[in-house]
Amino acid sequence: MVEFNLPANSKVGVGKTINAANGAKRAKTFKIYRWSPDDGQNPRVDTYVVDLDKFGPMILDAIIYIKNNIDSTLTFRRSCREGICGSCAMNIDGTNTLACLKAIEDVKGDVKIYPLPHMPVVKDLVPDLKHIYAQLASIKPWLQSQSPAPSRERLQSPEDRAKLDGLYECILCFCCSTSCPSYWWNGDRYLGPSILLQAYRWIVDSRDEMTGERLDNLEDPFRLYRCHTIMNCTKACPKGLNPAKAIAEIKKLMVVRR
Amino acid sequence: MASNSKTLRSPLQIARGLGSAKHGTEHWWHQRVTAIALVPLTVWFVFGVIRHLGADHAAFVAWMKSPFSALMMVLTAVVTFHHAQSGLQVVIEDYVHNELAKILSILAVKFLCFALAAACVIAVLKISFGA
Repeated sequence: MVEFNLPANSKVGVGKTINAANGAKRAKTFKIYRWSPDDGQNPRVDTYVVDLDKFGPMILDAIIYIKNNIDSTLTFRRSCREGICGSCAMNIDGTNTLACLKAIEDVKGDVKIYPLPHMPVVKDLVPDLKHIYAQLASIKPWLQSQSPAPSRERLQSPEDRAKLDGLYECILCFCCSTSCPSYWWNGDRYLGPSILLQAYRWIVDSRDEMTGERLDNLEDPFRLYRCHTIMNCTKACPKGLNPAKAIAEIKKLMVVRR
Repeated sequence: MASNSKTLRSPLQIARGLGSAKHGTEHWWHQRVTAIALVPLTVWFVFGVIRHLGADHAAFVAWMKSPFSALMMVLTAVVTFHHAQSGLQVVIEDYVHNELAKILSILAVKFLCFALAAACVIAVLKISFGA
């Protein structure tokens, strides 16, 4: 029950400092979490002082600049650089968000960058998303039907289509799930806000015919009911979605169908 | 969350686990219902106690002897402890990860809450029907 020793690699030390600003007018300090699986060392926080006039306005511009020009060992995921792929989700200035959508000027003082909280770390800012992807697969995030496949599109009224607004925009960056204390403590069984939002996206889809089975699959003290409406998910979502509301809607349907 | 990198099980096998318990809605709903019921009951209880500040034992017993007070007191006790045990169960499930410790602490909480509720009910009945 009580663990007296911290898990391995929990103690974060102070790493190296590289001043690459050379007395620039607009210098900014980036403190970045570093951990490598290969050197057997505890994690450390490296400090990079950079000249803001050398690159674009976003956090992602800064870490790409650091990787290209200062320290090529810095490891992170990135792809689209415009908030649609969800790859560059990380903890910046104490909040989970996308590095590509977070402006450097919005951070007062030093910019602290850590990987998404409470996930196993592969390296530096790259979290291991194996389990959460498996949880996504477990809710079967695709259209399921019983009636024979139609010879044309499955029709949906504009009103039913509107129910998917605020759900289909989710890019699976997992900023919400990794900001949720319930997911931190019970993520092995609790599905977390991102997966539950995806589950609701299919529950509420008028074309899906497995609504009851989907609810059956979620009706569980741990899978669903670990949500205590903490609302960190909604606060964290870089796309402005509301996973807490989606979870509340699932709970409502659970009561309605009793 | 512990890394699953050392296991030979597939990530989906781990995520699907033992499957859904197909249960939990009842518990969640009861927590809401008892919470709503506790709003008027708690208001009544607090005002009742405030009204008897400084009153002697006889005055308090006389108040508790009235059928309405007895009814409200029994309801307050039963609903409070029912709400407490279901809420504490959730807290324990959240934070206690050792399976044995979890089961034992949930049992202890339930036994204690039911015993306290029964003690309250017996006390009220004793005042109501006693001499």
